[in-house]
Amino acid sequence: MVLYSLTFYLFSSVAVLSALMVISAKNPVHSVLFLILSFVNASGLFVLLGAEFLAMILVVVYVGAVAVLFLFVVMMLDINFVKLREGFLQYLPFGALLGIVLVIELGILFLTDRSSNIYNNQTPLQPIVNEVENTKMIGRILYTEYFYLFQICGIILLVAMIGSITLTLRDKGGVKRQNIDSQNTVDASTAIEKKKVNIGEGI
Amino acid sequence: MTYDILITGLIIIAQILAVVVPVLISVAFLVYAERKVLALIQLRRGPNIVGPFGILQSFADALKLITKENIIPSGSNKIVFILAPIITMVLSLAGWAVIPFAPGWVVSDINVGIMYLFAVSSLGVYGIIMAGWASNSQYPFLGALRSAAQMVSYEVSIGFVIITVLLCVGSLNLSKIVLAQQTVWFAIPLLPMFIIFFISALAETNRLPFDLPEDESTLVAGFFTEYSSASFVLFFLGEYASMILMSSMTVILFLGGWLPPFDVYPLNVVPGVIWFTVKVIFILFLFIWVRGTFPRYRYDQLMRLGWKVFLPFSLFWVVATSGFLVYFDMLPN
Repeated sequence: MVLYSLTFYLFSSVAVLSALMVISAKNPVHSVLFLILSFVNASGLFVLLGAEFLAMILVVVYVGAVAVLFLFVVMMLDINFVKLREGFLQYLPFGALLGIVLVIELGILFLTDRSSNIYNNQTPLQPIVNEVENTKMIGRILYTEYFYLFQICGIILLVAMIGSITLTLRDKGGVKRQNIDSQNTVDASTAIEKKKVNIGEGI
Repeated sequence: MTYDILITGLIIIAQILAVVVPVLISVAFLVYAERKVLALIQLRRGPNIVGPFGILQSFADALKLITKENIIPSGSNKIVFILAPIITMVLSLAGWAVIPFAPGWVVSDINVGIMYLFAVSSLGVYGIIMAGWASNSQYPFLGALRSAAQMVSYEVSIGFVIITVLLCVGSLNLSKIVLAQQTVWFAIPLLPMFIIFFISALAETNRLPFDLPEDESTLVAGFFTEYSSASFVLFFLGEYASMILMSSMTVILFLGGWLPPFDVYPLNVVPGVIWFTVKVIFILFLFIWVRGTFPRYRYDQLMRLGWKVFLPFSLFWVVATSGFLVYFDMLPN
């Protein structure tokens, strides 16, 4: 039990500290690296809650794919740090507003009577030991009760994907592309052309 | 109470050492084996000076590399530059925590073992990206960009291959995946997936013919151009350890892990760990054989193979497998 609380405090403190570093680091690449650290610690917290499937999905999707592309883009961009700082005061009111709204929402969540919430009803801070793996439990509820919502989520993602492809795909003229099929079907009759060259004239 | 924690801690550390030390030693012999096999393919002798048949060559090399001066380029981002090889090394060892070598021989028998392996192998790209960026030099940076795009692309098809296997098993636990292959190894009914997984594993570990991140004919040494001495050793060890990890993953998913080929008398008295090792060595031999045989892919061909061939095919195979299992009512519970 001691070990459990120790690991909880380790993961949560590192997660919070790295989240702070994300917004305070000077170098944007460092920010992204701290973001990744924060994700990894959040997945550690999921493991402590006994939600191992969610933890692994968090690592695979966010750390393994989303953050890689994020890092990719941030590394490629030539970011002007001085210019980045200039906008600070301009965006401050908006950022502060967002922060205040979030704090108020969190406050409401804490102040409301939590005993009415079935999920928070005296649940101890311990992994829920269950006969059924939570992968199966998620599958059972996702593909029965929330089936339509799940499918709608999929369609929304598909629309977003098609949208972003149509926005960015431009067929520039003059680009030479390799046609694998035509290349594989080449034989001597189509590849070689015999020409009679007269001496001193060339083709 | 405190003694209990201490003893549990010591047992955990002993278990970790019992896995990590053999892995590191086998990395040394894998490097030797690779040089020897390549030499035989090219009709050379290979290392034959240090020790009998040159068997201690990699230990001599490691000693030489570690005693060299560690150079950190002045223009580099020092912390990230030093962290990158450490991350590569740690991640390539972390995956071993869930590998079952024999029934019950596993450090952590978690329910989502295969997801954990998938997550760890997909994190491997960070070491490379960080190295390429922190070096603050053109060749490493190009290597890092190539690697990021390559590993993300091939992970997609690896994911679908894993899903196909999981459909036949009904569990994400690695031991259960092995036990589900008692009647037949998945390499036989899912042969195309086995081949796709093997080729994707080559791309995921940056091995030839997909070693574009460290392509020496165009990028000097790719992402580790600026690395020297101990940090280079860490990259080197990490690359080979993740090679062995991917081979073990292939063995567990498709070649029946610790199970003997047939459950008959002289074969089933051999301990499971021996079968496991033999199979891993076979896959590693394939890795080296491929390296000795095929020329390097061009980058656009690599991307075409990943996205236009493997992805549609593995997606089709997922649908076909699940359709087959549902139609013949063979779905596992």
